[in-house]
Amino acid sequence: MSVLAEKVITRDWHKGANHTLDGYQKNGGYEQLKKALTMAPAAITDEVKKSGLRGRGGAGFPTGLKWSFVPSLEKNTKPRYLAINADESEPGTAKDRFILENDPHLLLEGIGIACFALGAHTCYIYARGEFKHPSAVLDKAIAEAYAAGIFGKKLMGTDFELNVYQVRGAGAYICGEETALLESLEGKKGWPRLKPPFPAVVGLFGSPTVVNNVETIASLPRIFEKGAEWFMKLGTGKSGGTRLVTVSGAVLRPGTYEVSMDTSLRELIYDKAYGQGLPEGRTVKACIPGGSSAPVLTADELDVKLEFDAFKPLQSMAGSGGVMVMDDTACMVRCLWRVARFYAEESCGQCTPCREGQPWMARIIRKIEEGRGEPADLDTLVNVAQAIAPWPPIGLGNTICALGDAGALPVQSFVQKFRKEFEDHIAQKRCPHGETPWGVFGEFK
Amino acid sequence: MAEPLFTADEQKKFDAGIAELLSHYPPDRKSAAMLPALRLLQTMHGWLPPEGMQQVATRLETTVARAYEVATFYVMFHTKKPGKYVIDVCTNLACALRGAEGMLKYLEDKLQAKAGENGEKYFLRETECLASCGTAPCLQVNEDHHENLTKAKVDALLEKLS
Repeated sequence: MSVLAEKVITRDWHKGANHTLDGYQKNGGYEQLKKALTMAPAAITDEVKKSGLRGRGGAGFPTGLKWSFVPSLEKNTKPRYLAINADESEPGTAKDRFILENDPHLLLEGIGIACFALGAHTCYIYARGEFKHPSAVLDKAIAEAYAAGIFGKKLMGTDFELNVYQVRGAGAYICGEETALLESLEGKKGWPRLKPPFPAVVGLFGSPTVVNNVETIASLPRIFEKGAEWFMKLGTGKSGGTRLVTVSGAVLRPGTYEVSMDTSLRELIYDKAYGQGLPEGRTVKACIPGGSSAPVLTADELDVKLEFDAFKPLQSMAGSGGVMVMDDTACMVRCLWRVARFYAEESCGQCTPCREGQPWMARIIRKIEEGRGEPADLDTLVNVAQAIAPWPPIGLGNTICALGDAGALPVQSFVQKFRKEFEDHIAQKRCPHGETPWGVFGEFK
Repeated sequence: MAEPLFTADEQKKFDAGIAELLSHYPPDRKSAAMLPALRLLQTMHGWLPPEGMQQVATRLETTVARAYEVATFYVMFHTKKPGKYVIDVCTNLACALRGAEGMLKYLEDKLQAKAGENGEKYFLRETECLASCGTAPCLQVNEDHHENLTKAKVDALLEKLS
């Protein structure tokens, strides 16, 4: 069992009042920002590169490398921006919200460090519209930081000006995609932009912009407290640090846990420190490992470690840490229908394969689930998915952004791995699970 | 003559709110404040009536069509007056595995409402994942979040809605 050596993000959450400036400073808060402000900006970026910090929003892209794509001021004199992606909405994912609720100053301190490294004098935190309570906690924390002279004209008393604003979304999954997020920050509907140019060069208001996830930026104060090497060593392979993951569905103790990246899915599901297994007599049938856009895994594939590169051989991804567990009595067709409905609903409508394809797939899956399926439907389903994004996944579908892939790849994986269930539905002209498709905890009590 | 959108005091508050929002953006990027401005309007008025969107567009120096485009793209914006209580029930996968479909049915029966249909008192809707996957099932009443729900908890919650 890979024990978590040290907590990074959640370290101080059990200490009282950590969400207030007073409590946060009692736990040593803002000392790392003070330290970073004495460093050269390039040296900060180097530390982040050395730490092996990778984007926690889903893609796992090396953070320091992302920062280094911002052109120098000599080459590009426009103002720089940092945008924080707090639009957590990938189904199965519940981690950033807890950082905002329990440790907003950890994020704000990280923002100070990142903005100083990037030469950005403005940061927008784009928070999910539905996060009324987390946003209220964050607003209070921002106000505290201004009142204490941390933010504003003089970042912690230096000559570096930094303004931090929270902007709340209004209910659109697509705005978690970084260019759609920028469009939304510019006051528009969230239609993703063609890349290149990448946001690091042409981002918010046409200026160089870095978009980072909440958990990513909240890791920075610890990296500067304990050193890049320490952070790198906590992780495995090319990934530094720990991860916040949420295990949900058929486990006895669902919840959000900070884990070592050396932890396997099996440990997360069964260990007493985490999910504590399934009710007696039940076994895992399927597990979505990284938010609902991550292709599904079978019970034989649970020994994979929760590290970004480990999922590639399984044609899936670590994604945003949303682990959803389905037991042996759950209906795979019904589960996939629910996933497909989501992407059909949330497709922004810009690219034809996604706008037309996602609802088409959802209609076919519903037809099969309701016992109206025909043998040819499965081929049609796979063909539509293939037209949106090719399987096996190559990381690039036929749409401007990854929402196309996010909806198509789960369909391919479910049909490939649980084909017999789809065929049984079609042959029996009904759902074999009848009125109880959701498995062991599916009844509302 | 329709009632005015705001009283004089409300209008003052609204204008001050817009001015504060505009200060967060570059002076030549006023229309960037569209989402926060529409949110302010909805918070004060309960929904986004045409004359309100006209005000937002004027203050942000953009067209009312732009305001409509944004208002209709995002599901949290109401371009029609919603019921007194907007109840958003997550029925996405993690919640569904913990009884969300049954919870929605339970609410439909108790409230005599049909999901997706706006009513005078209740606007019961299905919504997407609300980041309560480890604390499922969940719902929001006028954006207030409730999780780890059971029949007993839903009953208690509904009793408070008069």
